[in-house]
Amino acid sequence: METALLYVAGAVLLGLAGVGVGVGVGVLGARFLEGIARQPELLPMLRTQFFIVMGLVDAIPIIGVAIALYIMFAVVGG
Amino acid sequence: MSSDSLTTTGYIKHHLQNLAYGQHPDGTWGLAHSAAEAREMGFWAIHLDTMFWSVVLGALFLWLFGKAARKATADTPSGWLNFVEWVIDFIDDNVRGSFSGKNDLIAPLSLTLFVWILMMNLMDLVPVDWIPQIAHLMGIEYMKVVPTTDPNATFGMALGVFLLTLYYSIKVKGPMGFAAELTMQPFQATNPILKIILLPINFFLEFVSLVAKPISLSLRLFGNLFAGEMIFILIALLFSGGLAFAVVGGVLQLGWAIFHILIVLLQAFIFMTLTIVYLEMAHSHH
Repeated sequence: METALLYVAGAVLLGLAGVGVGVGVGVLGARFLEGIARQPELLPMLRTQFFIVMGLVDAIPIIGVAIALYIMFAVVGG
Repeated sequence: MSSDSLTTTGYIKHHLQNLAYGQHPDGTWGLAHSAAEAREMGFWAIHLDTMFWSVVLGALFLWLFGKAARKATADTPSGWLNFVEWVIDFIDDNVRGSFSGKNDLIAPLSLTLFVWILMMNLMDLVPVDWIPQIAHLMGIEYMKVVPTTDPNATFGMALGVFLLTLYYSIKVKGPMGFAAELTMQPFQATNPILKIILLPINFFLEFVSLVAKPISLSLRLFGNLFAGEMIFILIALLFSGGLAFAVVGGVLQLGWAIFHILIVLLQAFIFMTLTIVYLEMAHSHH
């Protein structure tokens, strides 16, 4: 029972992290493309800012992924 | 590897264990020989591997860049000198772009943070078993080669940045100015009674956002690198599953390493950028 719950916890972690970052990076990428379609000359600046914000958005789900994988492979097995 | 690495779980846990030096519960000082022993040491244990690799990489950074600085001339640079100049230009552009105050500390600080964190992160791209295996042959039980996958290292750096922001907040705005910033925003009032009522609310909000900065700064770096390391370890597990799995594992290892270069660079850059932004906030008046 407890093992099953741990697997579910890991799965929920991975799934919700995926949903969140999907929406987040989706909006970000859409705006980024809109921005460069409007003003292509701003591309270098926008690309830098895009990567900064993507790194910020990306951080939480990747931490979630690490914790989920840790739960699934190290905690459950041990 | 040690005896507990025969199972999958043991292998993962072995790779996530730092070489801790501290006081055993019976009062003697020494290395921890298992995760349980390391936990019993409590707060006053030092992670020797993290310290060793971060200091070595920091010294390497100073030596490499110092060598270039001594050779610097007004002529056309070549080779290593060219690269160092390019890095310094890049940092300089970023600092000038986002820091408006006048402070000679910010650019060297940013350069150090960026290159040092980048070098520590790049240790992640060394195959996960090489250095621990060498260390094992030398009789060292645990060896975690990426200092930034140890929260102690990232929290240490973030605390340094935090203390600097506090110092410059107080220096630039004065103790009263800093206190006013903590208590008179975001809700403002002209009525003195209302001001006193709003004071604890403002202080709570501002205090949380102040303390959240170093925590998010360090956890972001730690989490990204920890995740990367974790995936490398899981891929490395495939090598124990026979030839077919080993080939798949090799391809995955290469693929993830190439993808991970982006994260490695990006996280070092973000740590640096946020440091500049926090210090800029400490310098600016409201």
